[in-house]
Amino acid sequence: MIQFILNNQTIKTSFAPGSTVLDFVRYHKRLMGTKIGCREGDCGACTILAGNIENLPAGRQGEDLVYRSVTCCLMPLANAQGKHIVTVEGITGKQLSAVQQALADTNGTQCGFCTPGFVMSLTGFVLNHNESGFDDAIKSIDGNICRCTGYKSIERAARILSDGLVDKPKTNTSEWLVKNNFIPSYFIDIKERLLHLKTEIENRPAKTNGSLIIGGGTDLIVQKHRQVKKAAIKNFFDNRDLKQIALKNNKCAIGGSVTATEFSESPIIQNIFPDLEKYIKLISSTPIRNMATMAGNLVNASPIGDMTIFFLALDAEIVLSNGNSNRTIYLKNFYKGYKQLDKNDDEFIEKIIFTKPPKDSVFNFEKVCKRTWLDIASVNSACLMQLGTDGTIKDIHLSAGGIAPFPKYLSGTGAYLKGKIINSGVLKDAVKIMNEEIAPITDARGTKEYKRLLLRQLFWAHLPQPLNGLREVLIHR
Amino acid sequence: MLLDEKNKNIKRFQDSRSGIGGLNADAPGHVTGRSIYVDDIPAMEGLLVLKILDSPVAHGTISKMEFADAEKTEGVIKIFSYKDIPGENQIGGIIADEPLLAENEVHFCGQPILVVAAENEDAAEDALTKIKIEIDALPVITDPRVAFSQNKLLSPSRKFKIGDSSSAFARCKYVFEGGTETNGQEHLYLETQGAYAYPTEHDSVKIFSSTQGPTQVQRTTARVLGVGMNKIEVDVSRLGGGFGGKEDQASAWGAMTALVAYILKRPAKCILHRMEDMRMTGKRNPYSSDYKIGLDEDYNIIAYEVTFYQNGGAAADLSPAILERTLFHCTNSYFIPNVTATAHSCKTNLPPNTAFRGFGGPQGMFVIESAIDHAAKYLGIDASVIQRKNMLDDGHELPYGQIIKNSEAKTCWDEVISKYDIEAIKEDIDAFNKQNEFVKKGMALMPVCFGISFTNTMMNHARALVHVYSDGSVGVSSGAVEMGQGVNSKLIQVAAKTLGISTDKIKLETTNTTRVANTSPSAASSTADLNGKALLHACNQINERLHSFIKTEIASNIESIVEVKDERVYINDEPTVYTWKNLIQQVFMKRINLSAKGHYATPVIHFDKTIEKGHPFAYHVYGTAIITTTVDCLRGIYEIDSVHAVHDAGSSINHLVDLGQCEGGIVQGIGWMTMEEVVYNEEGTLLSNALSTYKIPDIYSVPKDLTVHFLNTDKNNLAILKSKAVGEPPLMYGIGAFFAIRNAVLAFNPGSTIKYNAPITPEKVLMGLYSM
Repeated sequence: MIQFILNNQTIKTSFAPGSTVLDFVRYHKRLMGTKIGCREGDCGACTILAGNIENLPAGRQGEDLVYRSVTCCLMPLANAQGKHIVTVEGITGKQLSAVQQALADTNGTQCGFCTPGFVMSLTGFVLNHNESGFDDAIKSIDGNICRCTGYKSIERAARILSDGLVDKPKTNTSEWLVKNNFIPSYFIDIKERLLHLKTEIENRPAKTNGSLIIGGGTDLIVQKHRQVKKAAIKNFFDNRDLKQIALKNNKCAIGGSVTATEFSESPIIQNIFPDLEKYIKLISSTPIRNMATMAGNLVNASPIGDMTIFFLALDAEIVLSNGNSNRTIYLKNFYKGYKQLDKNDDEFIEKIIFTKPPKDSVFNFEKVCKRTWLDIASVNSACLMQLGTDGTIKDIHLSAGGIAPFPKYLSGTGAYLKGKIINSGVLKDAVKIMNEEIAPITDARGTKEYKRLLLRQLFWAHLPQPLNGLREVLIHR
Repeated sequence: MLLDEKNKNIKRFQDSRSGIGGLNADAPGHVTGRSIYVDDIPAMEGLLVLKILDSPVAHGTISKMEFADAEKTEGVIKIFSYKDIPGENQIGGIIADEPLLAENEVHFCGQPILVVAAENEDAAEDALTKIKIEIDALPVITDPRVAFSQNKLLSPSRKFKIGDSSSAFARCKYVFEGGTETNGQEHLYLETQGAYAYPTEHDSVKIFSSTQGPTQVQRTTARVLGVGMNKIEVDVSRLGGGFGGKEDQASAWGAMTALVAYILKRPAKCILHRMEDMRMTGKRNPYSSDYKIGLDEDYNIIAYEVTFYQNGGAAADLSPAILERTLFHCTNSYFIPNVTATAHSCKTNLPPNTAFRGFGGPQGMFVIESAIDHAAKYLGIDASVIQRKNMLDDGHELPYGQIIKNSEAKTCWDEVISKYDIEAIKEDIDAFNKQNEFVKKGMALMPVCFGISFTNTMMNHARALVHVYSDGSVGVSSGAVEMGQGVNSKLIQVAAKTLGISTDKIKLETTNTTRVANTSPSAASSTADLNGKALLHACNQINERLHSFIKTEIASNIESIVEVKDERVYINDEPTVYTWKNLIQQVFMKRINLSAKGHYATPVIHFDKTIEKGHPFAYHVYGTAIITTTVDCLRGIYEIDSVHAVHDAGSSINHLVDLGQCEGGIVQGIGWMTMEEVVYNEEGTLLSNALSTYKIPDIYSVPKDLTVHFLNTDKNNLAILKSKAVGEPPLMYGIGAFFAIRNAVLAFNPGSTIKYNAPITPEKVLMGLYSM
């Protein structure tokens, strides 16, 4: 039995846990406001909100009801357990809500098919505890595609909303939002109802001894929609043991079920990577980051997995567990070939561990795609470099995606550069070695010649700036 | 609609003439998720779900096809092949060259071969995996020039000619030759193609279709089923986007669902999955073109020759008509006295390419803009010098014989460059580029002149049906299909204004072939003009009857001046006690007809294909945009900084809708020119086959600053209430983004070999930045 609150209605269902929330709400509950645009999380037409009682990030005590936008085409019904699922019908009252009104007033809707998704993303923004500025409003709709408007009218609606939230209080927020017509009044009781629901669920624990381990589902459901639908599910997404982020003795450990959003919101991670926000913006979109887990990105073994490239350059280790015993291996040794892993079927990634980079080191993540945002990389790359005062590279870890059958740790290039002082000759030789280490192929994301040139350029981008005296190498054609 | 909402909308409409507001009648339904698209219609008992088996190879002979086992799958009712088609296996619109289901040969990857009808999607999908099919491969052509060299053409080639270009080149001081490429463009309407049909009495079928052309679906289905068009009813409530992709290509799914409903006597639904839609349907036609341009010493363009090789795909679809519009717009906003333009529609093994906003116009304009840019680069001047020098004026003759009247080409250009101080922009860019080695800015101007009317004269007509109900509420039907372009809002405005009542009294009905027949598709930017004028005509008929009643029965003086405004009867400019509602009740009691059908056929227009001359357009729409960009020369990525346009909207009746069309069109045009890349491999398989591999603009990639100023002119034109058509023209401003980015690349690498090859993807930019 899966139990959750759908809009204002408590649901107990034996519907297949591997079905998507999208199919459940549209074809089982006939809530037709949620649209189907792509079924792969790339358009946002099926965006809904999932409200959950979450632990506050490390450093802040307690727990709170947090709403996250998700593309429900990729959300297994199992992951709705204990949550408040909100579709456009759930925020539509007798009057238009402030979000709906703003989009109507600015003509932020033309054909209307993407509109409920925008409405839900912006409602998620409104409900967000920490963010209420214009840029935050735009960020909330970074996963919503509109083919008609050119977005400018939607930006104007976002402006109206962020202006309208200036006075949003930190406490009794829901009451204020209800009073100002952002959400319907039933939202006020949802936290209590969810807490009550949780005790009921804990008293009657769901069977999770299925065979298919699922985290956020963001890649699994795209690739194996039908298999997941029919499978018995072992749901790891809300496993609190796998959601920890901790720093101890300079070792940072990240639970396998930590989402990209939780990773980016963690004060520990923010402290280690000053440019984190810039990197995260390049990685998928808000609703996908709300679902996609760290372990999922790693086990998916996509040759261009962004977080994989990120962790490879940190020379991270992963802890693989089968529930009884575990083993630790370097991430760079995890990949054996295209989608081939050093992993047994019953193993899952419990956590990812990396050493906090020393103070004199520089970390950088680069990604170039056809569309800078909300796209899969043509080539991505990360680099952790420790420089001596004399300009010697004391240590370097370099990774790249899109240039080999699996995410690549560029060991040869790194080994060559270690101990060298950066100059024209060294850079030329490094690129030569790099080109021997990689084997890009031509596909929809670019020709192999492009990918080679692009990786060289991203390597330039990793180098400490300014690059005086290296001009000739840098503009070499 | 809620009461306060209604009042607001009325208020907005009243303000719209002053340019502050406008009405989007559909917005409340959209923002609440209550608007109904095909897949949202409540399913009927016994519904069958359709899945299509499509060809995995681009060209071949079907040697083996076995589906008896697949048909036994639990839940599967029947698998249909071409042999089950009772009528003609033919869906070609202009030319009968496209089967609904492949017979012995397949001509493109994604071509439908079989249709599985099952009680649920899982069963249908299981059946698909059990079908055994073998296809002997034949040679595949994806390149239009290769097709041309083998004389594989979809329709006869066309030539537009004015003056004598070959002798004129001898008089030119400068002559430049080159080639250009523009790629296709996936429509990516957010709602995929689909239809839902059920059997009705008298061996008839009712189809709910996501189509821009209800009559086209009706005609095609009648042909496939071998029945009269009166047996096929097509109903369209709205589309989740069309952009041309559902003008002709919605027919197949309509016909398939109807076929199943007709044969099995059960309701049937076919909604394409995104990946099915992308691989089975055609896109904007890619073009490969050659140009030769000649200028005199004062930079007047004296002669222009151009040859277009259109990639039509495997069947004609709308390509011959698209080819024609390419010729109509081959000189864009310029007057060139000697032009020879030749166009070939080439048959390749890609899905039949089709209409897409601009309909061949953008492809034609890209070539002349490239030719001008080529000349300017060689001459060391800004392209804008040549552009402005040769701009159209009243009295100029276009290559197809139409004489320009009421030109706003120069007005728009001059207004935009003074409003935004073009010299200051250029200076800022030069200064920036001097200071920054690895970041460069670029700028371009893009003028547009676009003809309004279907180029096929016979299609320029429409009808509207108005019922005033006895309680004073009004229902309006027309041939117009609402797909986001705001035609419902405009039609409501026309009816409200003409009848003198508030917009909330008026309901726009679905578009239905039994209420309004023999319609042209909602396309060619002409939907509001054609249907709006038909509606105007219908409303005027009702007004005549009402006025006659008021004069005789209320004023008792047939000489009185009578009027209904703000839902009140006025006699000789004085308000009376009679409201609209009283009036209608009384008129009804007197057995006066409260319904009217209006018909409109655009006057003036004509075109003689035998001499390729005439007056095909009711009027032209003009405008100019300035586009600026910044290129990251380390990574080869770019941002569009600004687009500023001055656009000739005539006298806009709905500022909100027209602005939305401009902004949306510009961004779609930029997408076509930049990140949107349709990729097929040599075997004709679509590689950019999902939203993960085909990218349209997201909110971060649109111009940071986008402004559109309407040139509010009150000149006479054939537009509805003088509010000029706005659907397609703004898309072509996006072409400027190509040249702005290219200019930034050249600022980094003046020796770059970067070609006139769109889209200018980050790949082409990076390769261009570092080319020698």
